[in-house]
Amino acid sequence: MFDLTGKSALVTGASGGIGGEIARTLYGAGANVGLSGTREAPLQELADELGERAHVLPCDLGDAEALAALPKRATEAMGGLDILVNNAGITRDTLMLRMSDADWDAVLDVNLTAAMKLSRAALRGMMKSRWGRIVNISSIVGATGNPGQANYAAAKAGLVGFSKSLAAEVASRGITVNCVAPGFIATAMTQKLDAGQSEALLAAIPAGRMGEADEIAAGVLYLASREAAYVTGSTLHINGGMAMI
Amino acid sequence: MSESDIETRVRKIVVEHLGVEEEKVTENASFIDDLGADSLDTVELVMAFEEEFGIEIPDDAAETIQTFGDAVKFIKDAV
Repeated sequence: MFDLTGKSALVTGASGGIGGEIARTLYGAGANVGLSGTREAPLQELADELGERAHVLPCDLGDAEALAALPKRATEAMGGLDILVNNAGITRDTLMLRMSDADWDAVLDVNLTAAMKLSRAALRGMMKSRWGRIVNISSIVGATGNPGQANYAAAKAGLVGFSKSLAAEVASRGITVNCVAPGFIATAMTQKLDAGQSEALLAAIPAGRMGEADEIAAGVLYLASREAAYVTGSTLHINGGMAMI
Repeated sequence: MSESDIETRVRKIVVEHLGVEEEKVTENASFIDDLGADSLDTVELVMAFEEEFGIEIPDDAAETIQTFGDAVKFIKDAV
């Protein structure tokens, strides 16, 4: 149903579980995709699996220079930048009393500030072409909070406020800005949980299971599509009913 | 760069960006009141001027550029 033929999409954090699936899904809908991430090997593997419309763009978003260069590299590789998916995220979980400034800064830099900088850079081309899609991957904990994740939750909630403000600024130019907020999704990030944590978690999810990466990717595909032109400033919660907001 | 050269290039940007007729872009024409620009257009125009003339227009200066004449004068002084 959703056709992205001729559109170019940059996905950050494409070496991770959710990011990789987002890239796969957008590619499947016909888009050119730029795969950004810190680890080149999995990006290359994914690009090989996908085909010639996939481009490997390794980038450490914590590195200011590399971050500044990424939008141009992406535009050159793909011939445009119509869709930006800010998916890259890191965690430095610890209780507030033990959280260092470095733990806070690192998470805010990658999860929030990098999204702002990439969005700002991508906007110019989108404004000119009067079409653009920015999808920011937030998180359920940005809405609900979670002990041990004050930094992560602040960054993810920040993405929501950022997206709404930017959405209002550029709506008249055919550019939409939305968030997808995943609940608990089966990826390497959630595999760090121990058995007790997993059990407690499942009890809190009405659907009775963790989500799958492709269920997040489907939401991103929708928001990136032409069909979602009238959806902007919104947050799509995909969480198995864990938080009904 | 002569003033008329600057005028020509600025007018071209304004005409292209705002989709207005060339005759309407007169010295006292206000981007917002006379040429139908919104606030985002004015930011885009300033960015286009910066790119075209290789100059930097700080925010407080950009706010003073309300008309075609303002833009030409600022750019003439800046290049």
